[in-house]
Amino acid sequence: MTELLIPSGMPQYADAPRFDVAKVRADFPILDRTINGHPLVYLDSANTSQKPRQVIDALNAHLAEHNANVSRSVHTLGTESTAAYEGARAKVAAFIGAQSADEVVFTKNSTEALNLLAYAFSNATATGGDPRFVLREGDEIVISEMEHHSNIVPWQMLCERTGATLRWFGVTDEGRLDVSNLDELVNERTKLVSIAHMSNTLGTVNSISVIRQRAHQVGALIALDASQSVPHLPVDVTAMDVDFIAFTGHKMLGPTGIGVLWGRSELLHAMPPVLGGGSMIETVTLTKTTYAAPPARFEAGTPPIAEAVALGAAVDYLSALGMDAVQWHEKELTAYALDALCGIEGVRIFGPNVPVGRGGTISFALDGVHPHDVGQILDDLGVEVRVGHHCARPICQRYGVAAMTRASFYIYTTTDEIDAMVRGLEQVKKVFG
Amino acid sequence: MQFDQLYQEIILDHYKRPHGRGLRDPFNGSAHQVNPTCGDEIDIRVQLEDGVLADVSYDGAGCSISQASASVLFDLVEGRKVDDAMARFEAFSALVGGRGAAEPDEELLEDGVAFAGVAKYPARVKCALLPWMALKAALVEAAAADGQVVGATDGGTK
Repeated sequence: MTELLIPSGMPQYADAPRFDVAKVRADFPILDRTINGHPLVYLDSANTSQKPRQVIDALNAHLAEHNANVSRSVHTLGTESTAAYEGARAKVAAFIGAQSADEVVFTKNSTEALNLLAYAFSNATATGGDPRFVLREGDEIVISEMEHHSNIVPWQMLCERTGATLRWFGVTDEGRLDVSNLDELVNERTKLVSIAHMSNTLGTVNSISVIRQRAHQVGALIALDASQSVPHLPVDVTAMDVDFIAFTGHKMLGPTGIGVLWGRSELLHAMPPVLGGGSMIETVTLTKTTYAAPPARFEAGTPPIAEAVALGAAVDYLSALGMDAVQWHEKELTAYALDALCGIEGVRIFGPNVPVGRGGTISFALDGVHPHDVGQILDDLGVEVRVGHHCARPICQRYGVAAMTRASFYIYTTTDEIDAMVRGLEQVKKVFG
Repeated sequence: MQFDQLYQEIILDHYKRPHGRGLRDPFNGSAHQVNPTCGDEIDIRVQLEDGVLADVSYDGAGCSISQASASVLFDLVEGRKVDDAMARFEAFSALVGGRGAAEPDEELLEDGVAFAGVAKYPARVKCALLPWMALKAALVEAAAADGQVVGATDGGTK
């Protein structure tokens, strides 16, 4: 075999940032499990990631040693709990390059974060708020054909409430965002562009800058559904210069029940509240309430405190590995998996078939076999993949299928696990051949 | 192998060589059912004449379980009286929805007994029931046209 030599002085493969995958795997108790008598091969991290001991311990330790409500007690436990909760906010802010921790609003998940934004538009429209958030008939909101339902339905509902029109970018056969009609699609009527940073189905990582530039040129705001990108690649909101991003803790080693809406400080200040209640007020009388500054304005009621603290531990874990190394690890896995899948007769890949401009989430079809049947037989062999429409029916329709099989990777995924899936797919073909 | 319990040879046979597939005329009742979690779809047509299912025709896209179930459904209810078809509907529902507790009645369910294994896979029960739910909806429509009463019982599904 001939070896391809990269001239000295150029970046070498050995220089790529890496981490010890075996050591990482040892941190995840669930990876010791067996499924139907086989070692667990977990290829569903785009759905939810597994959790390292460090995160589980942080969750337990907070509940066992520091539990109290936040922001309303003078006692020691309340102070500790508040410090831990706000400390987690600061960690998350630093992780995404936010200029201030106050730009991080904790929510339940990405879905709630995007709905919060949608209802802020709604409320601003109803009460005559900041014009950037006021929608009138004829105004437009732009999404894309590759969105998760959580970045489609809230905008459809908002359009129904306000009379605005929903429009969308198409997707090319190769699984890239079709921006050929960008100037027509994003125009003077556009108030908001909200698109996926990385597709949960195709794995495509979208180039944001040209869309952001156009959006800002016409005076529109731009939001990213970053649910699939923040866990898997370095994200810097300041460098990207977008207005909002939404992501969720459980896809990035954290627990369920904690997510984030990040917004530029000035915009969060201009937004009316969505949920009313405790913690979000400045002063209350029986006739009138004034509201706290962000992020408290958007965090009515007791928040998911222990979950936020555990998300902070997850961010620590990822930061210690280095997001550049996480991205490179998944790039290598994706190259390996694309190669292996393309070698199976009857496999059709939806989305980019090169490991460039995409992440480690690969959806595919196996000719003549329904994804449910693929998933069932793989599960019998301990291989856990997602099957169905992945909460993204429009993109399934775009490719003319009702459902897809999806394998998605993370920091603990190995090439051996991809081999196990490939062997499983051969088994599927035998049963249904 | 464990999946043999689910993917019985009979089921795979019905999936690969379905009985009675394809939409036919005439019909006086029809229904379209979708499984929202996976996108499986089925269209069903029934022709009810004097309380007898003169024809049941269907088309659909979905997994082996849902499509084989439609093929078995055709065998079980075509040419039967409505009451008889509904009895089979209930027996089939009880079998796949029974978490493995129901005793399959081979005389009543014929090839349908192969679906007993589905009961152990809660995520797949909906797949097996999809064509049957469509049948029930189509029968209600057809019965109105034929002057019959259908659905005196609740169908046995929860």
